[in-house]
Amino acid sequence: MTDLVVNLAYLGAAVLFVLGLKMLGSPSTARRGNALSAIGMLIAVVATLLSKGVVAWHWIAIAAGAGVVVGALAARLVAMTSMPEMVALFNGSGGIASLLVGAAALFPGVIGGAAGAETAVSTFTAVTVLLSVMIGGVTFSGSIVAWGKLAEVLPSGALLFAGQRLVNGGLLAALVACGVFFALAPAADSPYFVAVLVLALALGVLAVVPIGGADMPVVISLLNSYSGLAACAAGFAINNNVLIVSGSLVGAAGIILTNIMCKAMNRSLANVLFSGFGATRAGAKVEGEVKPINAEDASLILEAASAVAFVPGYGMAVAQAQHVVHELGELLEENGCEVSYAIHPVAGRMPGHMNVLLAEASVPYDQLVEMEDINPRMANIDVAVVIGANDVVNPAAREDEASPIYGMPVINVDHARTVFVLKRSMASGFAGIDNPLFFGANTRMLFGDAKASISAVIASLKD
Amino acid sequence: MELVPVYLAFILALSIFLGFELISKVPATLHTPLMSGANAISGITLVGALLAAGADGPDWLATLLGAAAVFFATVNVVGGYLVTDRMLGMFKKRPQKQAAEKPET
Repeated sequence: MTDLVVNLAYLGAAVLFVLGLKMLGSPSTARRGNALSAIGMLIAVVATLLSKGVVAWHWIAIAAGAGVVVGALAARLVAMTSMPEMVALFNGSGGIASLLVGAAALFPGVIGGAAGAETAVSTFTAVTVLLSVMIGGVTFSGSIVAWGKLAEVLPSGALLFAGQRLVNGGLLAALVACGVFFALAPAADSPYFVAVLVLALALGVLAVVPIGGADMPVVISLLNSYSGLAACAAGFAINNNVLIVSGSLVGAAGIILTNIMCKAMNRSLANVLFSGFGATRAGAKVEGEVKPINAEDASLILEAASAVAFVPGYGMAVAQAQHVVHELGELLEENGCEVSYAIHPVAGRMPGHMNVLLAEASVPYDQLVEMEDINPRMANIDVAVVIGANDVVNPAAREDEASPIYGMPVINVDHARTVFVLKRSMASGFAGIDNPLFFGANTRMLFGDAKASISAVIASLKD
Repeated sequence: MELVPVYLAFILALSIFLGFELISKVPATLHTPLMSGANAISGITLVGALLAAGADGPDWLATLLGAAAVFFATVNVVGGYLVTDRMLGMFKKRPQKQAAEKPET
């Protein structure tokens, strides 16, 4: 196939990627959009395989075969509750793929086309290779750490040590210095190249280690963006426009999500990345008496309610309670009650995590309501049921200026007529907990495992 | 030849703006599929990986790097698109009354 045809195929692929993302604008067209995007990828891959740059097939066949098996199995077997871990791993594999392509571009004869004929590596190529190795390396090791925290292989809290910023700053300076030395005399066997690789990997680890579990939505979004930027840099390294287009689309997606997550926590990106928030939060102590309720009384109140809003958080994912929540929702609807599911942007461990879990439990997507839409009508909600959420419903974010989360937009469940909070336990009746919601006059605590509690409520509703 | 980087930068700048326009219209409810779909698209590195692994007679190390890249990028492409499809298949509208028995697609 001539270069012209190959490039036209790349153009077609890029158009399909754009159309696919556009159709992601509505749940009704999103699935077809994803299929279009996949067709675009197929076109790009087939065109590349038929291009004159690809002559040796056996390594490709082995590696691609293994990749198809691993990818298909992972996609098929992953539980929806584990999507954050899965996306973290995908971010990482995207990063390392770009790193490897960038490194391979240093060898003469690899790139194909015009630049492949040159034997010496130009400065432009050297700089772009450096960028793909740096960004790809940080993405890879950072994503592995993020995965470890999400999967709780590593401690999920923030890990801070004295002089952390100094160490990271020094590492970054060393990385840039080695990069400059490499660019002055680029070669595949340059010791500076190895140094850049090692430093980038170390930087990725150290950058994610101080970020606590609750801030993971931001980190995953940011690493998602980096994996796109790494593909972009690899595109520059091998003069390939489809890599640049796709990489920047992904980069933009990650940046937008990062920005949404930061806004939803009322924090700057710098604050998330460097402050180790999860480790240092003290919180204003609130004292009061909690009013527990049992499943039977809860079911009586729910039976009388005409509007109920469920507010899920990460605890719902942990307890795998999404299916029983939907069952309860359906029962209430049959009873003539208006049911909605109010979802805070940072509920869960990644953007949109709760929505996917509820969709898995067959909750129709028109019942999933965003924070800005539920808050104005919260006063008309008879019962707000908080399932495994804490910070995202904490009224201290509105009222207590001393609170570490002051200013963060929250779902105002305390404005509902009654609030049920499903919570595993509370040490005593008078606990020093930084969420005044638990002590509110209209709050009732339903203690126990979320799934078991809701099942009990369902059972007594059915009686 | 020396204009090539500029053309590439052109493409970069315009695609970033396009990306911002497109992605900002994706509703919050689809943000997880958006991320896994983005993972799949960033697997486009596969194109570069194929060129590296399939080149004629380069250093064996370059072939090895390319083949490893083919593996990782293929995982992203295949896994990313399939899991996104699986997720998006779960998003359903509220069934019309009395139409709840509609067979699953």
